[in-house]
Amino acid sequence: MTWVNVCGYQNLPPERGVCALVGDRQVALFRTHDGAVHALGNLDPFSGAYVLSRGIVGTRKGEPTVASPLHKQVFSLVTGHCLDEPEITVPVYHVRLDGDLVQVAVSV
Amino acid sequence: MKKIVVAGFGPAAHRLVEALQQRGFDGRVTVIGEEPRPAYDRVALTSYLSGVSAEDLAYPVPSTAVTRLNSRVTGIDREARVVTVEGGEPEPYDVLVLATGSAPFVPPVPGAEHAFVYRTIDDLDAIRMAAKEATDGVVVGGGLLGLEAADALRALGLRTHIVEMSPWLMPRQVDEGGGSVLKSHIEQLGLSVHAGAGVQEIVTDDRGRVAGLRKPDGTLIDAGVVVFSAGIRPRDELARASGLEVGERGGVVVDSGMRTSDPDIYAIGECALAGGMVYGLVGPCFTMAEVAADRIMGGDGTFGGADLSTKLKLLGVEVAQFGAMTGALDVTYMDPVAGVYKKLFISDDARTLLGGICVGDAAPYTSLRSFVGKPLPAPPSDLLFTGGGANLDLPDDAQVCSCNNVSAGTVRTAIADQGCADVPGLKACTRAGTTCGSCVPMLKQLLEKSGVEVSKNLCEHFAHSRAELFDIARVRGITTFSELIAQHGQGRGCDICKPAVASILASLHNGHVLDGERAALQDTNDAFLANIQKNGTYSVVPRIPGGEITPDKLIVIGEVARDFGLYTKITGGQRIDLFGARVEQLPEIWRRLVDAGFESGHAYGKALRTVKSCVGSTWCRYGVQDSVGLAIALELRYRGLRSPHKLKSAVSGCARECAEARSKDFGIIATEQGWNLYVGGNGGFKPRHADLLAGDLTTDELIRTIDRFLMFYIRTADRLQRTSTWLESLDGGLDYLRSVIVDDALGICADLDAHMERHVATYVDEWRATLDDPDKLSRFVSFVNAPGVPDPSIVFAAERGQIKPVVA
Ligand SMILES: Cc1cc2nc3c(=O)[nH]c(=O)nc-3n(C[C@H](O)[C@H](O)[C@H](O)COP(=O)(O)OP(=O)(O)OC[C@H]3O[C@@H](n4cnc5c(N)ncnc54)[C@H](O)[C@@H]3O)c2cc1C
Ligand code: SF4
Ligand code: FES
Repeated sequence: MTWVNVCGYQNLPPERGVCALVGDRQVALFRTHDGAVHALGNLDPFSGAYVLSRGIVGTRKGEPTVASPLHKQVFSLVTGHCLDEPEITVPVYHVRLDGDLVQVAVSV
Repeated sequence: MKKIVVAGFGPAAHRLVEALQQRGFDGRVTVIGEEPRPAYDRVALTSYLSGVSAEDLAYPVPSTAVTRLNSRVTGIDREARVVTVEGGEPEPYDVLVLATGSAPFVPPVPGAEHAFVYRTIDDLDAIRMAAKEATDGVVVGGGLLGLEAADALRALGLRTHIVEMSPWLMPRQVDEGGGSVLKSHIEQLGLSVHAGAGVQEIVTDDRGRVAGLRKPDGTLIDAGVVVFSAGIRPRDELARASGLEVGERGGVVVDSGMRTSDPDIYAIGECALAGGMVYGLVGPCFTMAEVAADRIMGGDGTFGGADLSTKLKLLGVEVAQFGAMTGALDVTYMDPVAGVYKKLFISDDARTLLGGICVGDAAPYTSLRSFVGKPLPAPPSDLLFTGGGANLDLPDDAQVCSCNNVSAGTVRTAIADQGCADVPGLKACTRAGTTCGSCVPMLKQLLEKSGVEVSKNLCEHFAHSRAELFDIARVRGITTFSELIAQHGQGRGCDICKPAVASILASLHNGHVLDGERAALQDTNDAFLANIQKNGTYSVVPRIPGGEITPDKLIVIGEVARDFGLYTKITGGQRIDLFGARVEQLPEIWRRLVDAGFESGHAYGKALRTVKSCVGSTWCRYGVQDSVGLAIALELRYRGLRSPHKLKSAVSGCARECAEARSKDFGIIATEQGWNLYVGGNGGFKPRHADLLAGDLTTDELIRTIDRFLMFYIRTADRLQRTSTWLESLDGGLDYLRSVIVDDALGICADLDAHMERHVATYVDEWRATLDDPDKLSRFVSFVNAPGVPDPSIVFAAERGQIKPVVA
């Protein structure tokens, strides 16, 4: 596991996502209302397109979520589980802030 | 193979053919009708005068029947089982169905042959012609149809008189008290009512033209048009001449299976005398047709009479009657100032509701009609004062829709077992609410009370409907999502409420959709001002107002598409769609388009899309108005207007309708005098023809009416509700819509007008504004940490000389 610097915290728009290229992996980063940062795989397993970072960020029963922009399935930002079809999950990455820097943990 | 012949081609005959088809009849059906056109919706006849065409009124022609139009059946040979047809081949039958309807009663007074009747499209054509030369008109008959005819004469611009034999109007529906309230309503509209008066003669001038009507007391009413609408007589002449049993006062006698005294002959509709009654309403006529079809197919359906309750709005006054018109006890509510009269009839033990009469406010009709013959659900005075108590529990066998004979139980089953969750669903499933519409409020109530979730809540974050949130935001001046959810919701929103609120804020305040916090509310399409496609790329649609484009601009689009390698396709809305752009390409593409004078086409937004047009009078030899010019003006006026769902429009330069305007949310068709405005149309998944809202408008009137229509829709529709379903779910439908935006019944028109003016004045092109703002532009990258790198997962193959997406 190594921590990779991805971008500055100010590059994360509030309550939206962006995508980072970490090695050859696409990682979707989300900044939620409370300022926390979450990271999921950018691949939408339902459509096969790399788009999750462009979904709408919100909450479901208090749990932070993103909805796929293509067919609106909702994923937990914490567990990566699809809340509409629980057997489907997307990868969750560890993220942390180092000062103003956003870092993602990837295995190399 | 069995051969069925139907004499007469009105609504009853039409329903019979449909019912036979549904029940799988595979023999031959021949329908012989005297009118020059196939069956049409006679109930809506009057709308023909306000511009609804004969084609619009026509029922779909059944594919399974042979029709002979312009053909009158002249006799029945029951021995040989054949009918004779005027000027044509005789028609042999195994089963004959008489569906000859009825004819208006014309009293045998001198000159009556110069008067008109009000029954067919041809009658209306004749009346319209005569009205052109006249200033005054008289209708003889102050019943339901008489008042409808009087309203029509008034609409044709005539000073109108009503002559009624009885001492008050609508004697079959209301009592004397109701009649006097009705009279004052009608006189306020400028019509003269001559009640308790008969007809002595129809006076003509020396050239044989109608000059007036003389009453028995000798007074003359000057008028160039006289219409008789004083009752109907069943057309039983064929039955009479062939020796079938007919009633003393007319009507072909039938048993409960609609069979006449000859077992091979049935009679249905207004010509039939069933259980000693002739029914003059279309609902029972339809039921008779169903029963006859069932019997012909070997079933045992019976016609057991029908509810003759009526509710209508004539000359702007609601009049309703249900159940009995007498009772041991009655309770009356009368407000002469407001012009309201309501009365309930009750059994002598004061427990059972027997019937009621309403003038000026028909609320009790809607809520109480189903309780006739049943215990009173609340004290009668409460029922009258509160307008009828919306919280009554209907028994399952109570009839909810009398036009289509649908009970509360049937509606509940449709909700519970067939999954109907809204009024349009119930209409499709049960037919309830599809004819006169007066039962729609009941349907809503049943939906609300049923176990199924018909919660109006937008989502888990807001316990409000979209319309309620719109009002909250408007009235309290709320301008951000954070404020709205903190004060009126919970949690942090989701993909349902965020775009809905974004749309509300955009409708209310305009401003850029990517400004500040609003950027986080937008769906990906609005967030990137382009349409996402299946592989995560976007398509770009520049606005081409009215579909008119110069060759130079067309070339620019071609060059952009070529230089960026975009798949290019002409859309159904007369624009050009460029597919396959990656997010980081969007600003570069738009820079070129904006420099060439293009602006956002909002194909990505729930907003006005296109106003399509035909080429119109400038080039087309048939055109009567400049449809392209109008389409461009409308598209520029409403561009950027955010709404609950996408909005489409079209303008046709003449009645040939090449622009398909009637499949649009608002469609305009040119007339010699101006423009006809149609609203609530839809193509797509559930096609719907738009309804005529107003006819022969000047361009200014047209624009004002559209302004109000759009703003009223934007304020009151549900999330993702197209205008078609919105209109269908409006209580009171098109009439209500007209009362709000034409007659300003709610007093909100000035506000709607101002709101639209604000939109027009504050419009800016979203793409130009984005290109001018480095902050907004910084979002258009595939990777936040590698802005120049394209997304390697996006791959294309070639097809027919262009790209197509390849998705893993
Ligand atoms: C202006 C108006 C408004 C109305 N409003 C309402 C309303 O609001 N609600 C409601 O419930 N009802 C209303 N009605 C009544 C409704 O239209 C009738 O109940 C319905 O049309 C009856 O249908 P039908 O097929 O029995 O008869 P019709 O509609 O009369 O059709 C019979 C057809 O048979 C033809 N025919 C007759 N004899 C022959 C022959 N020998 N050979 C060939 N063809 C023949 C006739 O020309 C006619 O076309 C209204 C009627 C009118 C005129
Ligand atoms: S709708 Fe009329 S004016 Fe327009 S193209 Fe067709 S025929 Fe011509
Ligand atoms: S009562 Fe007329 S449509 Fe239901």
